[in-house]
Amino acid sequence: MFGKLTMEAIPINQPIPLATVCVLIVGIVGILTIVTWKGWWPYLWREWITSTDHKRIGVMYVILALVMLLRGFADAIMMRAQLALAAGHAAGYLPPEHYNQIFSAHGTIMIFFVGMAFVIGLMNFVLPLQLGVRDVAFPVLNSVGFWLTAAGVLLVNVSLGVGEFARTGWLAYPPLSEVAYSPGVGVDYYLWSLQISGLGTLLSGINLTTTILKLRAPGMSYGRMPVFCWTALAANLLIIAAFPILTATFAMLLLDRYLGFHFFTNDGGGNPMMYINLIWGWGHPEVYILVLPAFGVFSEVIATFSGKPLFGYRSMVMATMAICILSFMVWLHHFFTMGAGANVNAFFGIATMIIAVPTGVKVFNWLFTMYGGSIRFTAPVHWAIGFIVTFVIGGMTGVLMAIPPADFVLHNSLFLIAHFHNVIIGGVIFGAMAGYTYWFPKAFGFKLHEGLGKAVFWCWFVGFYLAFMPLYALGLMGATRRMQHYADPAWQPLMIVALGGAVIILIGILLTVVQLVVSIRSREQRRDLTGDPWNGRTLEWSISSPPPAWNFALLPTVGGPDTFWNLKRHPAPPGTAPALVSLVIPKHSALGFFVAFFAVILGFSLIWHIWWLAIVGLLGAIAVSLRHAWQAELEDSVSVATIADHERAHQSQVARS
Amino acid sequence: MNTIVDVASAEMSTGVPLSERGPAPARVVAAFGFWLFLLSDIIIFSALFAAYAVLGGQTNGGPSAIELFDKRQVVLETGCLLASSFTCGMMMIATDRREAALTYLWALVTAALGIVFLCLEFSEFARMVHQGAGPTRSAFLSAFFTLVGTHGAHVTAGIAWLTIMTAQVGTLGFRPMVIRRIVCFSLFWHALDIVWIGVFTVVYLGAYS
Repeated sequence: MFGKLTMEAIPINQPIPLATVCVLIVGIVGILTIVTWKGWWPYLWREWITSTDHKRIGVMYVILALVMLLRGFADAIMMRAQLALAAGHAAGYLPPEHYNQIFSAHGTIMIFFVGMAFVIGLMNFVLPLQLGVRDVAFPVLNSVGFWLTAAGVLLVNVSLGVGEFARTGWLAYPPLSEVAYSPGVGVDYYLWSLQISGLGTLLSGINLTTTILKLRAPGMSYGRMPVFCWTALAANLLIIAAFPILTATFAMLLLDRYLGFHFFTNDGGGNPMMYINLIWGWGHPEVYILVLPAFGVFSEVIATFSGKPLFGYRSMVMATMAICILSFMVWLHHFFTMGAGANVNAFFGIATMIIAVPTGVKVFNWLFTMYGGSIRFTAPVHWAIGFIVTFVIGGMTGVLMAIPPADFVLHNSLFLIAHFHNVIIGGVIFGAMAGYTYWFPKAFGFKLHEGLGKAVFWCWFVGFYLAFMPLYALGLMGATRRMQHYADPAWQPLMIVALGGAVIILIGILLTVVQLVVSIRSREQRRDLTGDPWNGRTLEWSISSPPPAWNFALLPTVGGPDTFWNLKRHPAPPGTAPALVSLVIPKHSALGFFVAFFAVILGFSLIWHIWWLAIVGLLGAIAVSLRHAWQAELEDSVSVATIADHERAHQSQVARS
Repeated sequence: MNTIVDVASAEMSTGVPLSERGPAPARVVAAFGFWLFLLSDIIIFSALFAAYAVLGGQTNGGPSAIELFDKRQVVLETGCLLASSFTCGMMMIATDRREAALTYLWALVTAALGIVFLCLEFSEFARMVHQGAGPTRSAFLSAFFTLVGTHGAHVTAGIAWLTIMTAQVGTLGFRPMVIRRIVCFSLFWHALDIVWIGVFTVVYLGAYS
């Protein structure tokens, strides 16, 4: 009846997961009680859960990412605490079988549910506004994509309280992840949650690529798009090209695990190295899916706060697209030690080093944009400058490891761990935080507290260096990754310094929460009445904050890059604006929520081998989709009076401020 | 349907380059998005083709490709699928002319050819499993059943989709939304043919190389 699911799946005798689960349950029940008590359900259902507005969906992605950052960071600080203790005869407080799950969950969550959710959220929110259009290409699909991501998140978190998570590392290499060596449900939780959320990511990639290529304001040729749109285009093209590889690879591993196939097994002629090739065929482009939008954020932030057009727009675009293509030609550098031979390794080593060239072009463009500008040192600029310094160091250690003989020494050491945290924290997280601070007033109509924003930056910046510079040294001393205990007490001081760094980052994360609370409470003093709080350059700043559901009353006409900046310098003569006309916006749709609901049932029952329930989940998802297919009216119209009212209110606010 | 002609003539008449003309009409957006989806689907197949290329020789002491395949049956399958692409094209012409009866007829023929294809494939699979050459026998057979089976699953989904579309024509009529979906279906169906040509070449002809 319930497949492999028994009461033993609940971790009654393991204090740490049990306590975590209890805290989580109390938290969730608490939030649900407050929402019910305050009578917020109808509002939440109507305005958020069933929303097809790209701005709302973007905000929900970012909230999801921030919540999962707490979870992923809790894993991180537990690992750092374990390693600060477990030297010599001390065993630390985490048993190996629990430590394995923690590092696997940390990597999985940080990449898929923090990094991806954050950048997709920013792109969702910003792209249509920068492109000067009213929504994404497929608004309902957008909602489906978001809720499928949320479904994956839910399954990963369920693994905390029901069963276990993978102990295989964040990429679940076979043969360890095969059923012979991982017979439990951990790997199945990993695979199904990522299959479901990966489908959501693919839908989002198709949607945003179509939006950029087919929906732009009149006059916005490719050469006039803001650079963030270009980097988003590159990232979404990579999603379309890379995520199907992940889906196919996981499907093969699932067939191995569920039906006894022999793709990656040790016996039957299977080939585990094929999995590692395939997974990095996705995995390396994935790195650029995360970091390219961050590059876009920095380009916007640096140009805006330097009061100058971006230096070398064309070279920036060329560099972005060059990285987009090159990112598919370097995957083998993740396993030089496979032994493909000197020539193959040399090819991939050189290809890897070549990627540093367009990245270097970008760094110089940012520096030259700031050179001679009148820079305002706001919190987003702090993140941007911190990024340039940190990312260059991370990039150089990457080039160092691109030399195969050096990689043979450094492979799977803490040096590698330091390197990729150097580029992912310094690139992706700094970029996400810069974008979050920069576009927050556009989303909510008030600015975040500036001083606390800078405090958050300094915590992350200092914390990062303290936490990861020691790991470079430890890696050179021979410390390996995924190590739960070490014999050499000489490593312990550096491990303690690293824990100190993690604690400082923790303070930064807590200050983010404080900043949010303080800013909301004092929002009346920090209102953005003009819609243009930073003296911006691109079209999202030309409309009210927050923008109306239809974004633009009249689609702007674009005559060159930095449209809004030029419009402010040379305003159109009054009275020349065409008359407002009524327009349509997408209707709300519960399809995404229900598809995801059934996807969770399907995923959970497949994990636990509850076959009848899996059929229920599948049929349910098909049924709600079919019901949607017969929905003929997908749009609501907005009357001229409503639009005119909004425009008048906005104009009078602008005049007052 | 004549997207390319429309665009070219519009560009000549207005002088505004295509990239500066503002948001594209819904039918262009829908078809473009679906092309991107097909692209991603083709990449799933590429990964499975790659796996087959790597594992094709790993028979684990079991039967090899050349011992298992039945040339005549494969030719028959291929014929059915290619013919169904032609009938799908006929259905599109009927849809373009808003002729419901002809649309149903050609949809029926297309689905029937698809079902014959699936029956042939199923009998091939059943025969192989009966001979002890199921997907768990060797890595080669795992890769074979997955690649060919994934294509078969796509054909199954296509037939279900076609059935839904005929029901939509019946209940909703030829409204733009329905026509957009039929266009996407036909793109999907032709893409499956292209994938099959890959399967035919790499898997079945490849066995004789």
